[in-house]
Amino acid sequence: MPSNGSVSDAPITQFINCRILKEHTLQREDLWVRDGRILDPEKLFFDEQGYADRQLDCGGAILAPGFIDVQLNGGYGVDFSTPSEDPGAGVAFVAKKILEHGVTSFCPTLVTSPPSVYHKVLPEVKVQSGGVHGAGVLGVHLEGPFISLEKKGAHPEQFLRTFGGSGGVNPLLEVYGGLDNVSMVTLAPELAGSQSVVEELSQRGVTVSLGHSVANLSQAEEAVQQGASFITHLFNAMLPFHHRDPGIVGLLTSNRIPAGRSVFYGMIADGIHTNPAALRIAHRAHPAGLVLVTDAIMAMGLPPGRHTLGQQVIEIQGLHAYVAGNTLTSSPVPNQLTFDSRILNVFWGLGTTTLSGSIATMDMCVRHFQQASGCSVPEALEAASLHPAQLLGISHQKGSLEYGCDADLVLMDDQMVLEATYISGVEVWRK
Amino acid sequence: MRLVILEDYDLASEWAAKYIRNRIITFRPTAQRYFTLGLPTGSTPYACYKKLIEYHKSGDLSFKYVKTFNMDEYVGLPRAHPESYHSYMWNNFFKHVDIDPANAHILDGNAQDLEAECAVFEKDIADAGGIDLFVGGIGPDGHIAFNEPGSSLVSRTRVKTLAKDTIVANARFFGHDLSKVPTMALTVGVGTVMDSREVMIVITGAHKAFALYKAIEDGVNHMWTVSAFQQHPRTIFVCDEDATLELRVKTVKYFKGETETLCLVFTSYQ
Repeated sequence: MPSNGSVSDAPITQFINCRILKEHTLQREDLWVRDGRILDPEKLFFDEQGYADRQLDCGGAILAPGFIDVQLNGGYGVDFSTPSEDPGAGVAFVAKKILEHGVTSFCPTLVTSPPSVYHKVLPEVKVQSGGVHGAGVLGVHLEGPFISLEKKGAHPEQFLRTFGGSGGVNPLLEVYGGLDNVSMVTLAPELAGSQSVVEELSQRGVTVSLGHSVANLSQAEEAVQQGASFITHLFNAMLPFHHRDPGIVGLLTSNRIPAGRSVFYGMIADGIHTNPAALRIAHRAHPAGLVLVTDAIMAMGLPPGRHTLGQQVIEIQGLHAYVAGNTLTSSPVPNQLTFDSRILNVFWGLGTTTLSGSIATMDMCVRHFQQASGCSVPEALEAASLHPAQLLGISHQKGSLEYGCDADLVLMDDQMVLEATYISGVEVWRK
Repeated sequence: MRLVILEDYDLASEWAAKYIRNRIITFRPTAQRYFTLGLPTGSTPYACYKKLIEYHKSGDLSFKYVKTFNMDEYVGLPRAHPESYHSYMWNNFFKHVDIDPANAHILDGNAQDLEAECAVFEKDIADAGGIDLFVGGIGPDGHIAFNEPGSSLVSRTRVKTLAKDTIVANARFFGHDLSKVPTMALTVGVGTVMDSREVMIVITGAHKAFALYKAIEDGVNHMWTVSAFQQHPRTIFVCDEDATLELRVKTVKYFKGETETLCLVFTSYQ
């Protein structure tokens, strides 16, 4: 309130003794918040002759924009794609828990499902602001069912679909029941009829992502020209890079991206889905496009031990997770995990080694990404905040500490271990 | 006049900052009786501001009961422009100390009526009871604030067209592009600064040496407007060795002897 009230009477908070992520570096600056948004202190001083009502001492910590996870399938025993009595409550439960990982906004993700699931779940998962109740829901990410059979990964084969001949988004409207509250769709562009779908989705403001696909580079580039702007978990569920046809991976260095547009790519930086050397190749080829995602599944957040998840019984033991009971595999878990004992991988299915999402948390991914790529702390933080915000076209509001942006913040030490999370300037979690 | 000569830029800045600090502390300002300070911008006072911030952060110095009046501001430059004097003062001083924003006065170079803006500024100074200590610098052409060569030595706050020398000197802040440098400014007058109870001019660097010579060893002349302070009862010139390069050896020796005495007096406040 200490201001002449010419603009607002709302209380002003000043975060002091902190290093803020601004202009791609960590700057020794204070951060001012009013009405849930970041305030320009110079304007406050000269226009309103104002100053802060209260000061929060950050103890020298790093203050960065809150993380944005655009691919999260569930967690803590909740699977967004398995309809329960109250899908909204499931999303809300996870939304509250992920505040502990520094995630302040996310896209609940639904994997390939029958239309009945979409019709039941989608209307219950509404776009909403975050707060003390949990991270904000930016919109649903629909990963499938319009994906490639060969690259279905762990998606249920019987529910895969093609677009049919009519063109446009009608097949999608039929399957999904509507596109309200949908912020992203992952599809395979080589499916016949995809072009008009990509175009129309993009025009409607839905982000189109390429994934679970056997498209070649040409097909991928066409899709980008129609409006596709994201690649779902790069390297996974797509053709491997080949020097005569780089496939979707080739989008990272394609020279056929329309001017003024950028292709972003999701990276599950848990040390399992992508070999660190491959992560580095992608990062070095196109650092500005890297978007960290967890692709976390319902086992994420569960403590070690046995858990019944849907039809499966999972056993989480130390570094390993097994499908107990019906597993035929005795093959050792690939990729010895040495960097973070809490990152686990879950193997589904009858003894296959098909990866199926991760149980890494977003803050783990940020730390692992920084370690594996050798990038700077600002770069690692931007991959989890600025880049997803740019992808979704909301960087004027989220993912940044510029004046006017929402004050969704994370406080962390130099090792990027989280100390507190804020949404709209209000503390929503503290260690 | 007192001429205080320190070995280098940092020491000169520190001396000046300590002088300001001590003046404020011994004044014991209160809500009923503010200390009024006139302030400059530019590269010369930069280290002095850093020191003042240091004294504030260590708890020795509060600006709660200090009113400040800046000397000048460009005309037509957006206030948020990084080179505006508002930006300079915010980034280099105000945001680090506890001054009440209502007490920080800077001329508004984007005011609708520039002359009225100047008149109000003069009135604000008068309403504040006049200025206790006006800190300033000197341009290479001997100007104080933007009182360019030829300015009346009894001038008041007004709009001034900048001299070519000044525009060239400022080009380094505008990407060395002369066309981007503002050509007009609002400035306190020589008379306005002369009205203050005490004046301290900080002059450092060899490029200011000739101007210092003209200001203190030559006559009072409107071509070197800082020379007007020869007629002020309480003026201190604080400089580094390089700034004395054009002075007579006799002048320097005399004042160096005096400085030792002065420092003895002021170390008692440290």
